[in-house]
Amino acid sequence: MADNKFAAYICSGCGLGDKLDVGSLEKIAQKEGKMTVVKNHPFLCSASGVQMIKDDIANEGVTHLCIAACSRRAKTEAFNFPTAAVSRTNLREGVLWVVAEGSDHDEVRQEMAEDYVRMGCAEVKKMKLPEGNPNRDQAQNKRILVVGGGMSGMTAALAAAEAGYEAVLVEKTGALGGFAANLWKRVPFSSPYAEPQATGVEEMVAKVTGNTRIKLHLNTTVAETGGAPGRFTVKLARESGAVSDETVGAIVQASGFTPYDMAKLPELGGGQANVVDQAGLEALAKTANGGAIKRADGKIVTSVVFVQCAGQRDDTGTHLSYCSGHCCATSIKQAMYFKDANPDVDTVVMYTDLRVPGMGEDFYRSAQQKGVIFTKGKASKVTGGDSCKVEFSDLILDEQTSVDADLVVLATGQVANAGVNLDAWTEVNTAAEGGNEEAKVKRSGMKTISVLNLNYRQGPDMPQFKHGFADSHFICFPYETRRTGIYAAGPTRRPMDMLQATEDATGAAMKAIQAVENAAQGRAAHPRAWDLSFPSARLEGCTQCKRCTVECPFGAIDEDEKRFPVFNEQRCRRCGTCMGACPVRVISFENYSCDTVGSQIKAVNVPDEDEEKPRILILACENDAYPALDMAGVQRLSYSAYVRAIPVRCLGSVNTIWITDALNGGYDGVMMMGCKKGDDYQCHFVKGSEMAHYRMSKIGDTLKQMGIEPERVVTEEVAITDNARVAKLINDYAAQINDLGPSPMKGFG
Amino acid sequence: MSDLNTQAVARYKNNFLREVEERVEEGDMVKMCMQCGVCAGSCPLGPHWQHSPQKIFMMIRAGKREEVLTSDSMWMCTSCYNCIVRCPRQLPITHIMHGLANYAHRLGIAPKGQPTREFAKTFWNNLIKKGRVNELTLTLAHYFANGIGPGIQIALNMQKIGLGMVLAGRLNPMEIFGGHSVKDLNGFHAVLAKAKEIEDRKKGFSA
Amino acid sequence: MAKKEYAFYPGCSSQAKSSAANYLTSVNTMCDKLDIKLTEIPDWNCCGASIGYAEGGELPRLAINARNFALAEQHLPGKDIVATCAACWLGARETKERLDHTSQLMKETNEALAAAGLKYEGKVNIRHMVEVLIEDLGYDAIKAPVVKPLEGLKIAGYVGCQTNRPFGIDGESFENPKYLDKFIEVLGGEPIEKYEQKVACCGGALAFSEPEKSQKQIRDIVESALDHQAELIVTPCPLCQANVEVYQSEINRKNGTKFAVPVVYYSQLMAVAYGSSAKDAGLNGQLIRTEALEKIANR
Repeated sequence: MADNKFAAYICSGCGLGDKLDVGSLEKIAQKEGKMTVVKNHPFLCSASGVQMIKDDIANEGVTHLCIAACSRRAKTEAFNFPTAAVSRTNLREGVLWVVAEGSDHDEVRQEMAEDYVRMGCAEVKKMKLPEGNPNRDQAQNKRILVVGGGMSGMTAALAAAEAGYEAVLVEKTGALGGFAANLWKRVPFSSPYAEPQATGVEEMVAKVTGNTRIKLHLNTTVAETGGAPGRFTVKLARESGAVSDETVGAIVQASGFTPYDMAKLPELGGGQANVVDQAGLEALAKTANGGAIKRADGKIVTSVVFVQCAGQRDDTGTHLSYCSGHCCATSIKQAMYFKDANPDVDTVVMYTDLRVPGMGEDFYRSAQQKGVIFTKGKASKVTGGDSCKVEFSDLILDEQTSVDADLVVLATGQVANAGVNLDAWTEVNTAAEGGNEEAKVKRSGMKTISVLNLNYRQGPDMPQFKHGFADSHFICFPYETRRTGIYAAGPTRRPMDMLQATEDATGAAMKAIQAVENAAQGRAAHPRAWDLSFPSARLEGCTQCKRCTVECPFGAIDEDEKRFPVFNEQRCRRCGTCMGACPVRVISFENYSCDTVGSQIKAVNVPDEDEEKPRILILACENDAYPALDMAGVQRLSYSAYVRAIPVRCLGSVNTIWITDALNGGYDGVMMMGCKKGDDYQCHFVKGSEMAHYRMSKIGDTLKQMGIEPERVVTEEVAITDNARVAKLINDYAAQINDLGPSPMKGFG
Repeated sequence: MSDLNTQAVARYKNNFLREVEERVEEGDMVKMCMQCGVCAGSCPLGPHWQHSPQKIFMMIRAGKREEVLTSDSMWMCTSCYNCIVRCPRQLPITHIMHGLANYAHRLGIAPKGQPTREFAKTFWNNLIKKGRVNELTLTLAHYFANGIGPGIQIALNMQKIGLGMVLAGRLNPMEIFGGHSVKDLNGFHAVLAKAKEIEDRKKGFSA
Repeated sequence: MAKKEYAFYPGCSSQAKSSAANYLTSVNTMCDKLDIKLTEIPDWNCCGASIGYAEGGELPRLAINARNFALAEQHLPGKDIVATCAACWLGARETKERLDHTSQLMKETNEALAAAGLKYEGKVNIRHMVEVLIEDLGYDAIKAPVVKPLEGLKIAGYVGCQTNRPFGIDGESFENPKYLDKFIEVLGGEPIEKYEQKVACCGGALAFSEPEKSQKQIRDIVESALDHQAELIVTPCPLCQANVEVYQSEINRKNGTKFAVPVVYYSQLMAVAYGSSAKDAGLNGQLIRTEALEKIANR
């Protein structure tokens, strides 16, 4: 291996040269930063500037370089040197644009720039050029497993196959088609959105069975799933008991939904004669085959009432609290079944809020044209029998009244088939591992409802999001789950109709393809899809505390029999939450480690107490907070020149050693900025921001032992749009630090 | 109950929506209402009616025939057309209100003595007499609709205004002797008579 | 030859010694100055107005409007019908749209017209005078003849209902039409941009039948103009003009208020700005005299 050669390149363009003493920055890079080559350029991102760097890499053997210019988020194409380890230090957005104008600020501006040069040099000294996952040869499988043979699953399998990938389609029943196969017709997908359409299930089944790239397993469930993207091993169990193995690169879980059980709605007539749910009505319509729809007792239906939101949007906590989204359009469609067969059938759709997403409004209008009566009312009681009665409160006419009908249809909601709830699993599993026999029985029961039966230490299915639906990064990246390479699609992910489900499944198939391709190249998956770095652990220092395995949001780390962590690099998203968790700091990435950040913290020149120049460390999440800081610069919002900001991959990667090192080193305060946490999290890595807040809530005692006021360490939630707010947060905090006075640790470092 | 009303009830039984669709001007649009209530919030006489257009439409669908046709809500319409332009479903609400009022009036079950109903009748009869409105006789007929006594009181109150209008050249006391008229009055009346005959036949008002 | 020629439908209120006689006077003056020639439709009849529905019903209303169309087609072929009254324009245009869209109604209407030996071919266009001014002439042409700008005059442009809804002037919004304000501006006056009651209803025909309810509307219309220090109110509608002007004294009598805000037509503003006398601008037809305008006219 060739020797490392370090170089620093300082840009004096964009006004940097006017406001900063570039010569002195060069000297610092040379003397303090220990850079062998130090150059400046009036326009570093220009062709000539980039060529200068390329030449040095080619001819001078430069292997590591620090670019002191603009933010690492700018000019990424110009400053792309794949064969070198690169640090970017932010003199433009981080210094020039945010330090107040005028010669009064020349000194602090220069000091800030000098510190950033010291930090950039220190960082690159600790960096290695990422080489990609060393185990990538074992992750070359590009087949896509699709679990579930309904509309979503068939769509995903076809999408993958048509893109040139082999698909393995597993369906637990004896036929493809899922819920859609039981429909008489579906709602229209295209203009003029006026009439119910043939479901198209048969055509799709024919396409699937006729596609040579799709391997079909009917009457089959997934008995066990292990491995990682590019190298999943799956045991498939046939109804007969036979087991076969498949290896695949990624998985689409399209396990669908089950209608909410009508029997739980006795007050709405659930279980009584001539009260059916929407699935029940589809069965009656199928039997009628376009003719007059008859009840189970053979009587032709002359009047029908559809009760919307039956057991849905329930605020009493008894039934489903959410809206299933499709049911209004479904009832509209079903009301049309009656009107199309005989316009004289009285059809009433009773709703509190009619919700018809997409182009459903046209469909709604079409039903009105056909004479379907829409009544805004809330049903309080349904009585079944030969003549059904719906008692309701009319919300427009403000009266209690009732309507009689031959048949009542309850629009019940969708319940996700998302397998095992991991919280419940963890509890039962812990008890079972502790030898509890009852728990062992319960645990095997749970396995039978599992969709994937993952052998991950984190449990057999993906985590569940709200209301028992399969996981989704709902706000930012809906397809993403916390199980890398496994994507949920269709109504198992959130309530949806058939059109949405097929679009969803196509997207999930694309994500699966992306995952197998990234795995094959040794790269991370979303959101660091370009990232070739991978985590490694110095196991000789590991204390087997399991924090990394527990805290990894993605279930990437298993444990071996000695409880050492086993990294599944392909499952890893490179967020560094494990690195932040590790109390003995044995986990690192080639280009991001306790050292790369720690050395930057230590490189800052902390002035003495009597200089009255406090130093504040900012650890800013690079996904939202750091761009917000950049944008504050772009908008020329000034903030305190006493801060030194270091981007981190996720607040979850912040190791408490950085905080204590900074405070020991005489910093007056530490400010952490991460994404929104909690139920509506915006953290790219789901739990990272939350973990950081949790960890920081625990360091109060440590700070007290050090004799440091706890308010010197703060954690803020910052969104990418918070550019103005972020400047104010900094200034308010700087004022607070000023009031507190210099850190008691100053001078002891 | 008038004969016309009895016949209508017999003909449509409980299907008031169909009756409205077939017999009321623009009545076939009632079913398209989506119950948003924008009309109710847009009516300048909102504080004065019992049933908003939104409610009237719902009552029609619920078959509340008697309540709808005897309501005085439709008679509050000033023809400002605010409900029409704001209706997201583009229902011709103003016309439907007019149509319902007209239908109730023709059936003879609209509220008795309702002032707008009375004025509308006076207005129409005034205009068809000569083909053009005679503003003097219109005003007098309206003010004296409730008899000489109250009429004189109103007329006294309005005397100053009337005199001002005369002085400004905008009211002609001589109109009492006939006033403006179309020349081909026979032709005008023949057109009207024919139109009424066709409409009555179409809407079931004639045998 | 005049620059523009139209078949004119003045309507009942614009006849001699009728409630909008001053409207007609000023329209004639304005058209003279703008080189617009109006030829009255021979033997036109009432449009039925909006209140005609209750007794008149649908087809009789359509038929009497179609009678005017037939007369215009016959005597003034190829000319657009122009109405100055909001209700006339609305009634006529509504009729035209319904007949154009429903062949059954067209057939029945012509059956009725045949009783007077008339036939409507469906060829006429129905325009409001404001449309003619804006679309056929344009704001520059409206500005051109100004010799006495209405300088310093604060004027509330009260558009009201029926020239604004349901058809309105092309390109204007229903909630905040700007054309009256633009008229005021090109004539040199100062429009009240934020006039809250700009498109409120004056009560229309219910001023007769429901005086209390209508007068509440009128009071708001006048008060809002006064809140913005308007010296006068301008409107394109005869019923708006009459209601808002005439009932101020009634409102004063009942409430002890002292309203006396003049209410004029846009055509009167134009006549004055174009240099005509107060008489030619119909200013002697005001119940509430508009001294500010008279002063400019007499200058």
